[in-house]
Amino acid sequence: MFTDRASSLPTDAQKIKPKQIIEPKRGWAALNLKEIVPYRELLYFLTWRDIKVRYKQTAIGAAWAILQPFLTMIVFSIVFGRLVGVSSDGVPYPLFSFAGLLPWTFFATALGHSGTSLVSNSQLISKVYFPRLILPIAAVIPAVVDFAIAFVFLIGLLLWYGITPSATIVTLPLFLLLAFVTVLGVGIWLSALDVKYRDIRYLIPFVTQFWLFVTPVAYPSSYIPAQWRALYALNPMVGVVEGFRWALLGQSFDIGGMIFVSAAVSFAILITGLFYFRRMERQFADLI
Amino acid sequence: MSEIAIQVNHLGKHYRIGAMREPYGTLHDSLVSLVQAPFRALSGNGLRGAKQDFWALQDVSFQLNEGAVLGIIGRNGAGKSTLLKILSRITEPTTGRVELSGRVGSLLEVGTGFHPELTGYENIYLNGAILGMTRAEINRKLDEIITFAEIEKFLQTPVKYYSSGMYMRLAFAVAAHLEPEILLVDEVLAVGDAAFQKKCLGKMGDVAKEGRTILFVSHNMNAIQRLCSRCILLEQGHITAYGSTADVVSQYLAMGRLDAAPSTWIDASRLSRRGTGQVRVEALSYSSDDPTLAQRPYPKGPLEFMLNVFSDNARTISSLAVTIYDKFSTKLVNVDTLASGESVPLNQGSNLVRVRIQQLNLNPGQYIVGWWLGEPIGAEYDYVEAGLHLEVIERQRERQFGIRPASDGIVPCDFQVTRVD
Repeated sequence: MFTDRASSLPTDAQKIKPKQIIEPKRGWAALNLKEIVPYRELLYFLTWRDIKVRYKQTAIGAAWAILQPFLTMIVFSIVFGRLVGVSSDGVPYPLFSFAGLLPWTFFATALGHSGTSLVSNSQLISKVYFPRLILPIAAVIPAVVDFAIAFVFLIGLLLWYGITPSATIVTLPLFLLLAFVTVLGVGIWLSALDVKYRDIRYLIPFVTQFWLFVTPVAYPSSYIPAQWRALYALNPMVGVVEGFRWALLGQSFDIGGMIFVSAAVSFAILITGLFYFRRMERQFADLI
Repeated sequence: MSEIAIQVNHLGKHYRIGAMREPYGTLHDSLVSLVQAPFRALSGNGLRGAKQDFWALQDVSFQLNEGAVLGIIGRNGAGKSTLLKILSRITEPTTGRVELSGRVGSLLEVGTGFHPELTGYENIYLNGAILGMTRAEINRKLDEIITFAEIEKFLQTPVKYYSSGMYMRLAFAVAAHLEPEILLVDEVLAVGDAAFQKKCLGKMGDVAKEGRTILFVSHNMNAIQRLCSRCILLEQGHITAYGSTADVVSQYLAMGRLDAAPSTWIDASRLSRRGTGQVRVEALSYSSDDPTLAQRPYPKGPLEFMLNVFSDNARTISSLAVTIYDKFSTKLVNVDTLASGESVPLNQGSNLVRVRIQQLNLNPGQYIVGWWLGEPIGAEYDYVEAGLHLEVIERQRERQFGIRPASDGIVPCDFQVTRVD
């Protein structure tokens, strides 16, 4: 039927062509995460785009990354440090709260972007195919850049107070990874839900605010009675924030059990999130 | 013997109409329907209402050899775009199976993912990556893309400051340099000015000659005839014709349209249409005011339609539109009560509605008339994209003023040519 054109293709005919099968699928799909690998450049460019346009047309640009946790630290120091007199386990309160605000701000910023990433990129989803998981992942990474900028400020704060970080600081990357896993897990869940229920985008700011109060940012988790700590640690951000502070300031307070519980919850959220995402993924283009 | 690039077997895509009108639910809706579900099952009649089935595609099968260029034509809503979306894996089919051998690139829109804040240069990389090009590939094609788009001077300018022409040129330039083995293209030539469309069409022709397998959806029969050797005609989700482009295109153009003399009632009940049918045009007639021309329409003369509109209830509709298309389905004239801000009160049963065009600015030729009745937001009662053949004839009297060149445009105008020195 169409043989006439084939003769002009001698080189292509020798190449091995990737074969794709398109069929309806039902139920829970395998995660098949390696599908993302060929699309790593798209992940790179989407991340790069978000970083590039993030502080466009702002007067102070990337200084926002420092200003947000810094101003919150001032308010916390006045309200909780001075007025309420919250204990900070022997560390100067501003440093104590900033060390908590750093991973918290990362979480809140990344969640805001990741949770709405699918709907925000609906024009991509309805016009081009790529593994949809790239979107919530790409939305988290720019927050890492913000984190790095604010981290420089934290080092300045340590120098100011003349505090040498303890040897536990080598474990800091692990807690950053845990923070990443946590926000990615929650972000993947919410982004998939957001496609179907647009309530999510209104829920996220509210939930984040509420979440801050059940996370030991402004107060130490030693305030929680010992018998409730395992339950408290079901909030995955407890492990992230306490772990982060421990790695940086080396507090004596025993947090090992709580970190273990939190980390387990984080990974559980991520894995269930991935499965849920995969299941919903095939409807995204029809729903969005 | 060439290999098969695309094999499509019994492909179907099913939507729930309710889900299409309200593409996403809210938690509240889900909770409400969760509560209502048991009661609905008890009452027995709710289920039928809740599940209105709609097959956007049904039992579509075809195969395409490597290097072939296949056109897909059909009216709006016939399933063309759905087919491309399934083949490009954007949406999943409900039934059937597709086998694709080779890298697939799809071009359902130009400029997908362009970011207004980024410069032209940056957008080339972003858009290229979105379309599936690697960075190395874009590096290699960069100069070619920039030359094709003719934007050298504005490379470092954010695209939000681009004119729409520059924007489209850049967008198409990136897309045109995509080099997959299978290329799926949807209506992208419908953008830009005539010169640019010509350039795009030329580029598409080059791509086709390079031996790529191409699926090409368009309303532009000109482009289809230039690019495609074979065509598929889709009607309401089914393939109704498959063969040489000339045959299928002529079948499409003749499809379902009524040929009738002016000033006679034409039965419109058997036309293929969309809409709820609560209000519908059952019959119509047309005429100009000139009995010497047997009431046939002529350039710059009046054109009057009489519509026999049935309504199942007394109601007022805010949009009654009669549209005239050319043979490439380009909308030329749209007479819409929405534009004049009038609404049309209808009695239950039959109503006679007159639609009068004071001056028809169309040159002699063949045109197609369709109509749309509904509310701009919400109900679509009756939509016929191509209902009636309309021939605008040359008026004898005008002949006296000179010989009409055959290459007249579509729209006549008054003009003077005077030497002024």
